[in-house]
Amino acid sequence: MSYFRAHVLVCAGTPCMLKGAGAVKDALCREIERAGLQEEIRVVETGCLGPCDDGPVIVVYPEGVMYSKLKPEDMAHIVQQHLLKGRVVENLVYRAEKEKAKSVVSLEKKGYLDRQYRIVLRNCGRINPDSIEEYIANGGYEALGKALTAMTPEQVVATVKDSGLRGRGGAGFPTGLKWSFTAPIDADQKYIICNADEGEPGTFKDRLILEGDPHSIIEAMAIAGYAVGADQGIVYIRGEYNLSIERLQRAAARAREMGLLGKDIFGTGFNFDVQIRTGAGAYVCGEETALIESLEGKRGEPRLKPPYPGVAGLWGRPTVVNNVETLANIPPIILKGAEWFRGIGTERTPGTKVFTMLGDIANQGLIEVPMGITLREVIYGVGGGIPNGRGFKLAQTGGTSGGCLPKEFLDLPMDYDTLAEAGSALGSGALLVIDDSHCIVDVLRSFMKFFQHESCGQCTPCREGTFRLYELFSTLAAGEAGQDDVKLIKELCQAMQLSSLCGLGQSAPNGVVTAFQYFEDEILRHAAGECPAGVCRNLSAGTRAV
Amino acid sequence: MKSLDELAKIRDEARKKLEIRDGESGEKTKIIVGMGTCGIAAGARETMGAVLEELEKRNLDNVLVTQTGCMGLCEQEPILEVEIPGQPRISYGKVSADKARQIIARHVVNGNIIGECGINR
Repeated sequence: MSYFRAHVLVCAGTPCMLKGAGAVKDALCREIERAGLQEEIRVVETGCLGPCDDGPVIVVYPEGVMYSKLKPEDMAHIVQQHLLKGRVVENLVYRAEKEKAKSVVSLEKKGYLDRQYRIVLRNCGRINPDSIEEYIANGGYEALGKALTAMTPEQVVATVKDSGLRGRGGAGFPTGLKWSFTAPIDADQKYIICNADEGEPGTFKDRLILEGDPHSIIEAMAIAGYAVGADQGIVYIRGEYNLSIERLQRAAARAREMGLLGKDIFGTGFNFDVQIRTGAGAYVCGEETALIESLEGKRGEPRLKPPYPGVAGLWGRPTVVNNVETLANIPPIILKGAEWFRGIGTERTPGTKVFTMLGDIANQGLIEVPMGITLREVIYGVGGGIPNGRGFKLAQTGGTSGGCLPKEFLDLPMDYDTLAEAGSALGSGALLVIDDSHCIVDVLRSFMKFFQHESCGQCTPCREGTFRLYELFSTLAAGEAGQDDVKLIKELCQAMQLSSLCGLGQSAPNGVVTAFQYFEDEILRHAAGECPAGVCRNLSAGTRAV
Repeated sequence: MKSLDELAKIRDEARKKLEIRDGESGEKTKIIVGMGTCGIAAGARETMGAVLEELEKRNLDNVLVTQTGCMGLCEQEPILEVEIPGQPRISYGKVSADKARQIIARHVVNGNIIGECGINR
């Protein structure tokens, strides 16, 4: 082994790979070799660094300089200037990090990453996800060791309960409480399921967590297994998440080799193993009971609740279903304690939240911030504001099933309860920013198109409701709808919210309902033949701005 | 995996190789090699090679190796600077590979500044 004086971390998350990170890495290695630096500089593939829209991204340590929007032909310059001579190539530095990259020798912490608080993404972009050693180096599997050797299962459940951790899949159900339903049940077999069927449009946090830090999920599932008395874990993951699946499989294999999965882990007699199952891409399978149906080989349709999966889930056995991000919080909570976790975020929702920012925002990508941060801080701070000099129109939190929040809500602290009170949801953590060039009817029409495609068809309110809503918004956008249709939309939304079988149909109208609260005037003017934003082509553009 | 001790051993071993990603901190000794064109022409690449080799041989961690540009003393290149936390930064001039090894042995490891090689500033 050589003594490497610098590490270059190349983001190998899906967004960067799609933008050509593979070719950038090859060019980097080639140039390093050409400069004869291969014994001095180590090149490592890592998980998502965050600024997905500005990929491919690399970070050079020890300086911690982040370069973005790289092309293979830039690499010769970076190697010659930075890696050889120690001069930062300023014009390639990620723009949100520019302030701190003035000099190689003295660093100030005020860049893009420093505005964030990373628990879930603690290893993302820091370690090589394919190396169990690097995960262990950062304290990996210590939480599992601590739980197994120094805590009883009851203590583990109590710690998670006390931490106040709430499910990060969308609903925000307290995780410890969920575990406490399953733990005391006497059953011949229990299951831990990691829900990685991330289907909410605009959400890709679970994918990037799994790509960047697969071991954290495996460790957390084993801890959950110990806490509730399960010896089998299943990751139900979207079939399209190729890279996540590969890395998870490699991670599980390495953990097995090292005896961190399998029989008699840490010599305590505790057995646990993880298998990975891929879904076929139905949105509804993110709903836990539909997910379980799918795992059993049936059509992915939700079950009637109760009984809840915690009591009778997979194959009728008690089953804990947790989201990827929820699980990623578990090892730090076990290691640092419930008190520590409660100290972050808000009282009702401790901890952090991972968001995927997209739409009309300068820094699109993956971020992690404390709960309770305001929309304004996210959009104009970490997010870098709205590009092209446009104004803010609305933000949709929680993915397509979330609500549309106008600018009056910019100072709303983001946590589950506050957003629910505003008619939206924190949901899975998609944050879609829409500027004032867009039309609310056009936006809602595209949301409804998604739902009518994804409704599983089992219950009538959802099957017919999503179809009719899409139809009605299409006629509204075409200028063929009247006041009666607007009334019908409202009625339909109410019927769907009250009578749909599962969360899909219940939450599909959220965007519409909040739009009626905050943008009713704009919708009504469509019924009068006018599109104020000038987007809907058959309608006359408005005379006054909305 | 049979015990936490076994895990800790793997952790400590792996940890050393990742220290560099913590970036700078006040607790690390810093070795800075002048890598301007003048430095490279005077042999700074060989000096750097010797530094890394020596650190590896001695299994030293907690040392950060970085480069800097020309500081206007081209006739003194290769220049190597050592900064031990809590002590002033010492600049050495005309540091050949051999001299670099000596600096690590005497200054970085044992804390003795080699007066005759220093550049008087």
